[in-house]
Amino acid sequence: MTTGRLLSALTGLGLALAVTTQASANEEEQFITLASTTSTEQSGLFEAILPQFEEKTGIEVRVVAVGTGQAFELARRGDADSLLVHDTTGEKAFVEEGYATERQPVMYNDFVLIGPADDPADIANAESVEDAFSRIADTEAPFASRGDDSGTNRAELRLWEAAGVEPGGEWYRELGSGMGPTLNTAAGMDAYVMSDRATWVAFDNRQDLDILFDGDEALFNQYGSLLLSEERHPDLKHDLAQQWHEWLISEAGQQAIAEYELDGEQLFFPNADAD
Amino acid sequence: MLSEDNAFITALQLILSLDQTLVGIVSLSMQVSLTAVLIASVLGLPLGAAVALWRFPGRGLVIVVLNAFMGLPPVVAGLVVYLLLSRAGPLGELGLLFTPSAMVIAQVLLILPIIAALTRQHTEERWEEYREQLTSFRVSRLRSIPTLLWDARFALMTVILAGFGRASAEVGAVMIVGGNIDGVTRVMTTAIVLETNKGDLPLALGLGLILLLLVALINAGAFLISEEAKRRLG
Amino acid sequence: MNDMHAASTSAPLLTLDKVTFRHRGQTLLQNISLTLSSQGSTIVMGPNGAGKSLLMRICHGLLTPTSGRLHWHDTGGRPPRQAMVFQRPVMLRRSAIANVTYALAVQGTCWRDRKPLAREALERFGLTDVAHRPARVLSGGEQQRLALARAWALRPAVLFLDEPTSALDPAAIKAVEDAVTDFGRVGTRIIMNTHDISQAKRLGDDVLFLCQGRVVEHNNAESFFLAPRTRDASAFVRGELVW
Repeated sequence: MTTGRLLSALTGLGLALAVTTQASANEEEQFITLASTTSTEQSGLFEAILPQFEEKTGIEVRVVAVGTGQAFELARRGDADSLLVHDTTGEKAFVEEGYATERQPVMYNDFVLIGPADDPADIANAESVEDAFSRIADTEAPFASRGDDSGTNRAELRLWEAAGVEPGGEWYRELGSGMGPTLNTAAGMDAYVMSDRATWVAFDNRQDLDILFDGDEALFNQYGSLLLSEERHPDLKHDLAQQWHEWLISEAGQQAIAEYELDGEQLFFPNADAD
Repeated sequence: MLSEDNAFITALQLILSLDQTLVGIVSLSMQVSLTAVLIASVLGLPLGAAVALWRFPGRGLVIVVLNAFMGLPPVVAGLVVYLLLSRAGPLGELGLLFTPSAMVIAQVLLILPIIAALTRQHTEERWEEYREQLTSFRVSRLRSIPTLLWDARFALMTVILAGFGRASAEVGAVMIVGGNIDGVTRVMTTAIVLETNKGDLPLALGLGLILLLLVALINAGAFLISEEAKRRLG
Repeated sequence: MNDMHAASTSAPLLTLDKVTFRHRGQTLLQNISLTLSSQGSTIVMGPNGAGKSLLMRICHGLLTPTSGRLHWHDTGGRPPRQAMVFQRPVMLRRSAIANVTYALAVQGTCWRDRKPLAREALERFGLTDVAHRPARVLSGGEQQRLALARAWALRPAVLFLDEPTSALDPAAIKAVEDAVTDFGRVGTRIIMNTHDISQAKRLGDDVLFLCQGRVVEHNNAESFFLAPRTRDASAFVRGELVW
């Protein structure tokens, strides 16, 4: 008898939970789903600027942080209302394909080359990023690549091309992972790795790794916001998404980005007026 | 550098401070997984018993498929549910993608085969033992389902707990269909992945310890209930 | 010649017409035709493998014959209310009393009547003290008495017993035999398998003797044990191995 009562109590509890879950999902809040990259999420930028936007407009921005390739795919399928990524070439193609009607530069940060502190390929003394990449290839020092078609991965591949190197061989390790896991792995095998500065600054498990090369203009990492096509996906929340898009490039948005610091370091530099 | 002490201290601090974000994540985790277990049990227990009771063409295939799906990789379950719920997918109209409901659906898909397959096995053993007596009582097959489920209740409790364990521990499916959205679909496992990605391994491990603790508590509760019931009813 | 069997002395209950049962290419029961009367107790005897349990399961409806048919007489072809007690009692994983109330529930007894009926049945079979114990921890004898109490609560018109005492000690055997007598006293038709000749003498009104899937002899108990008509039956009664 007791078991019976307990079972029915448990069932009741489960039902109650099901109902609350359902209720919280159904609440009519104003929100948009933003497909963006892991670097912006993991650096803490969104945590800093989203509340300011929500306070001003009452719109909650729900961030799905994935690789740039997957972010494009989400937007292509109509699963995101807005897109903030860092792959200028891909973004322009996205507009040309008609999935987005407008692309605006928002901000940039930069990529840095990270490696073991003893720097076996001596990239700290390289003259340019191409030179640094050549040195890594020449010494066949281990290099950890994201290998996940993300914005960072695409930028890295363009830099290898610029350096005239076709990366491959045992020293070149494609991990197929996000930035964080790639840094974790690189730290574990003392490999060189290219990361955006924001993720690196926010990253804790550095072990022997350090920034060895940075500052080359070729390493600038431009973020762009895309206004998705109403024609392709009429059901999306285009009005709200447009408010977000415009806020990002407005003075208030740009200032919020500039003010965000981690460990006393500014990570993103607004440049909505570029291009 | 990482040390276990660090993780334990982090876990302890998180628990003691009753961090609001953590409380939200924990309660969402439990809501999603318990709801999934409830739904999967309501469907899987009778389904498993029915497969045990009836002989029909293709029954062997059904059993093999159920058993095989016990090993369904969570990422695959996540992808299937994602493609179903995506705007471009057949159920896109519902607008469930990146909501807790989507996570519940993905977890149901993951654990329904476990619950159904193991229920089938346990009730079939009971059925072999009871078949003549129940037939003698003129109990219909349909009416036999609750009888067998009730008489296999202690074994089935473990089956349900196994389902709950898999639901609360998996990350691949909820990551894809939930999107790990802060405050909306972030659960324990996706938070652990996020902290691991940020290289904050002590925090990740600390969250892992809390998850383990919760699952252990629920298992302990179920164990005590079933021991008490066993003592009374045998 | 003696009257064919006791059956003809009262109204017929059940007629089997050329019942044959095959399983995996083997004929286990062959062309069985017989009529059971509506009163008394029939003991089914025969060597191992003669098909006694099979025949009982077919009569009770647990198995369907490969060919031939069964006809229940005074209930217009529909089987009367019946119960069966097995060699090894099947106990549900619940208390003793819940085992009885379950049987009443599935039979459609109104829920208000179940508990009183169950208590009455348990009391009759001396099981009141263990009513709330888990049925599966009871001793073998208690379990068989519980199976009888469960059958009693169902108020069957026909009770089948398949070697109900073969796994029990003498005291428990006595309890079961007393129970069978009680059933007979309230008019329940008894059909029982046993290997025990003295038990058959104590309980049987007529004997159905099976050998190799055929009915060899159906006779009233007294004649069967004193003067069997067939060679196989007389060998069996003398305690010889019949093949």
